[in-house]
Amino acid sequence: MSMKSSTRQVDGVTIVDLSGRITLGEGSVVLRETVRDLLSKGQKKILLNLGDVNYIDSSGIGELVSAYTTAKNQGGELKLLKLTKKVHDLLQITKLYTVFDVKDDEAGAVKSFTK
Amino acid sequence: MSETRVSYTLDSTLETVNNAEETASRMATEAGFDEEEIMKISMAVREAAVNAVLHGNAYDPNKKVTLAFERTPDDLVIVIRDQGKGLDESKIPDPLAPDNLMKTSGRGIFLIRSFMDVVEIHPSQTGTELKMIKHVHGNPADSKEALQ
Repeated sequence: MSMKSSTRQVDGVTIVDLSGRITLGEGSVVLRETVRDLLSKGQKKILLNLGDVNYIDSSGIGELVSAYTTAKNQGGELKLLKLTKKVHDLLQITKLYTVFDVKDDEAGAVKSFTK
Repeated sequence: MSETRVSYTLDSTLETVNNAEETASRMATEAGFDEEEIMKISMAVREAAVNAVLHGNAYDPNKKVTLAFERTPDDLVIVIRDQGKGLDESKIPDPLAPDNLMKTSGRGIFLIRSFMDVVEIHPSQTGTELKMIKHVHGNPADSKEALQ
């Protein structure tokens, strides 16, 4: 299954609902283009909802790192919401779990962005 | 279970990566691994296929990837070969080193080693052979530590 992406606005934060697989090829490209598009529009508070992402490979991990770094370098913030166990475990073993700001609760995550 | 061996010769394409992952998932299921182990095996094979297709054969249509699965009474043995220049593992930076944590690539071999019980990399001038073994019964005597 390929990846789907949709965006919505909540209190100035852009929530990107992702579903499917973030892997080499289509999934990684969708994520990259979505984040770049948001940043180019000045939407710099980005919350990636990974609740329905059931698979991610090393390319997908690299794409998350790239999205985080790109947002940060442009004065933005990018956080992760609702990791599945598989994605959580992958971020743990790659020592990235503490690098990303990971949230479980959407309302709390939205409030945590800089006003 | 009787011993079985199957092998495939595949093009250097993204489709091969997906096919390798799906085949690994099927073989691991048939070998009786649980869901978490199946995910780890199929992901290791996916990462190995990515290495072979992208970094080994560099999408060259004239170069092939071979993928073999062997089921023994104790192990699932997976061998993937490319026809590239030969992987020099010493040139792959440690992805867990603080300076490398935020790099966007270089985690494939690390994930393979994390997910499989035995990993052997045999580079040569005619390509790289990557052998991965997962023990079927999870016997503690067969653990990574015992083999080192």
